Amino acid sequence: MMAASRKMLDQEPSEIEMLLPFHAAGTLSARDVRRVEEALANDPALARQYAVIREEYAETISLNESLGAPSARAMQKLFAAIDAEPERKAQASVRLSARVSEFFARLSPRTLVWSASVGAVALLLQAGVIGAVLMKKETASFQTASLSMNEPSSGPITRDLGSSAAPTRALVRFAPEARISDITALLDTYQASIVDGAKGGMFRLQFGNRAMSKDEAASLLARLGREKIVSLAVATP
Amino acid sequence: MQVLYGRHHVRVFRFGLRLVRDEQIAEDLISEVFLDVWRQAGKFEGRSAVTTWLLAITRFKALSALRRRKDVGLDDETANAIEDTSDDPEVVAQKKDTGEALRKCLTGLSPEHREIVDLVYYHEKSVEEVAEIVGIPENTVKTRLFYARKKLAELLKAAGIERGWP
Repeated sequence: MMAASRKMLDQEPSEIEMLLPFHAAGTLSARDVRRVEEALANDPALARQYAVIREEYAETISLNESLGAPSARAMQKLFAAIDAEPERKAQASVRLSARVSEFFARLSPRTLVWSASVGAVALLLQAGVIGAVLMKKETASFQTASLSMNEPSSGPITRDLGSSAAPTRALVRFAPEARISDITALLDTYQASIVDGAKGGMFRLQFGNRAMSKDEAASLLARLGREKIVSLAVATP
Repeated sequence: MQVLYGRHHVRVFRFGLRLVRDEQIAEDLISEVFLDVWRQAGKFEGRSAVTTWLLAITRFKALSALRRRKDVGLDDETANAIEDTSDDPEVVAQKKDTGEALRKCLTGLSPEHREIVDLVYYHEKSVEEVAEIVGIPENTVKTRLFYARKKLAELLKAAGIERGWP
């Protein structure tokens, strides 16, 4: 086997020879470590050179450690210079998330618990108010299907597909960032009410109390689908 | 900034001191380095280690300081001509203290050789990181370190110390 070490006075050093200092410092890749260790195991001259390198490595550390540390003057000078720097815009426009994190980080655990409780109660109240509003709107918008045996029969028992057709309904999924106020505004705009939901994240909306033509319904759904806070709108019976 | 300074200022100081060989200048250097870091924090892309970034800035500042002083160059001849007030390597060798002679000879290397030896051995930087700090190709990093070690061996030999290599 050809020796990895060479008489360097005459020749260029070998690749392995040049990697030895990095091996001593532990900064080689796993692949190079394997190459170097294999070469060291098979080449006594290279192993001797490595011993010399280990000595250099130890003494370089010793020499640097003996240099001590800078005085406090350097730190004072640095922070005085930083204080003298003009205020940076980047600092003024700290990201909102960072500010929020910082705000919560400043609160004590007890304050955080109280804040969370108050927040939860506020949410419940809000849900109650919305529910009450929706229930109020729903009054007389539907009635249970029943058949009175006493009612005199005044005509054929068939459905009139024209005037008595059901109002248009759609299954709607709202965007995750949609706020309650946005949804309420949308319901007002479309004169819609939530008649069922949220199953699988979908709400069943009814538009007004009268039936629409097929074109009208399609146009309404298309318009609804383009709303920013609506992710999906599909017709449903 | 205080955390960053607390964690890295000693290494930055020592690296700078080994390059400029003047404590006062090295202390001024670290203030300048960390002030630059504070100013350019937004530009740090995290592609390299913080220490690599710091040492690269330190090196740049040290070379600028040396240029300002104009009494120390980067070539071996100038570096070796610097008067050292402590014992000569020969005297140290007479004390039969190889370690001390080695340390003495390490200080006698040129700034180019000193920085590469320090970066690899003391700061434990990889070939790629040294290349980034010094701004030279990776192969040059390896050959430069080899010749720095060769120079070190010559200085030791001149001091009467044979280590069996080269």
